[in-house]
Amino acid sequence: MNNVSIIGMTSIIAATLCMVIGSIAPAIGEARAIVQALGSIAQQPDEAGSLSRTLFIGLAMIESIAIYCLVISIILIFTNPFWTFVTSKSGG
Amino acid sequence: MPITPDSTIYWKHGFVHLNATILYTWILMTLLTVVSWLVTRHLDSSDLHRSRWQNVLEGIVVTIRGQIREICPEAADTYLPFIGTIFLLIAVSSLLELVPGWHAPTASLSTTAALAICVAVAVHVFGILRQGVAEYLRHYVRPTFLMLPFHLLSETSRTLALALRLFGNIMSESLLVGVLLAIAPLFFPLVMQAFGLLTGLIQAYIFAVLSMVYIAAAVQSQSEQKSEQKGRAHE
Repeated sequence: MNNVSIIGMTSIIAATLCMVIGSIAPAIGEARAIVQALGSIAQQPDEAGSLSRTLFIGLAMIESIAIYCLVISIILIFTNPFWTFVTSKSGG
Repeated sequence: MPITPDSTIYWKHGFVHLNATILYTWILMTLLTVVSWLVTRHLDSSDLHRSRWQNVLEGIVVTIRGQIREICPEAADTYLPFIGTIFLLIAVSSLLELVPGWHAPTASLSTTAALAICVAVAVHVFGILRQGVAEYLRHYVRPTFLMLPFHLLSETSRTLALALRLFGNIMSESLLVGVLLAIAPLFFPLVMQAFGLLTGLIQAYIFAVLSMVYIAAAVQSQSEQKSEQKGRAHE
């Protein structure tokens, strides 16, 4: 197995693992946040405006963790620096 | 597959490259400026002769000002031009995805990093304008001097997060449509594109609200602490 195929294989596996593992924690966190916010809105419907605003900000914060994973996965698959280095060195 | 509009280069002279990001940002700026100029040319405060375009713009401005006032009730009009411009730029660039051939400039990390750096600078500028240099810098060493690295770290990481969040969301949305076109053509990409419009608007809202929250934190931290200390002194 030469360098190019090793790098290709590890990149794909790493990108998949990064996305799979990295989306578990934000999913749980967002679910908990939404559950809490819905419970609070049910208790105090008057505060729905400020509650949902805070909820959106919090969701964006949590979601950015998953977005980091997505960015890393996309870099690994589409613009992999190691892949570019090896293929340019072997003249391919 | 090009993942950012940065790699599409239209014109090149020496080290100056005119790529799709810059071109579409210019188009967006021209569009926003010309539309606003055309509408605000004949402003009319009487109820009878108010044009429908003026109504639209007034509605947008009043809504943004209301949102800012909920976060920072003291001086909403000070922050309205900055926050409103950022919101309108991101929101319109996402909404224009409906136009065929449009590349949202926010799908490039350069644009979002520039916006995030603008916010990072504006936080300091508004904080210093409000409290003075010495008083503003003092909040870095509060409550103890040991907190200084953590303050600096949090400011860097939140600027990075602001840029990466917007870039990741907008870029992944256009990439997702491209991938889905290869798997399930026609119907499913259409649904995802409609969903992308919603995501783009929510991201514009979140970017604006987060920058407003950061500015409000820099402006309010001192005055609130002072009033608390005064309250304790009275007790």
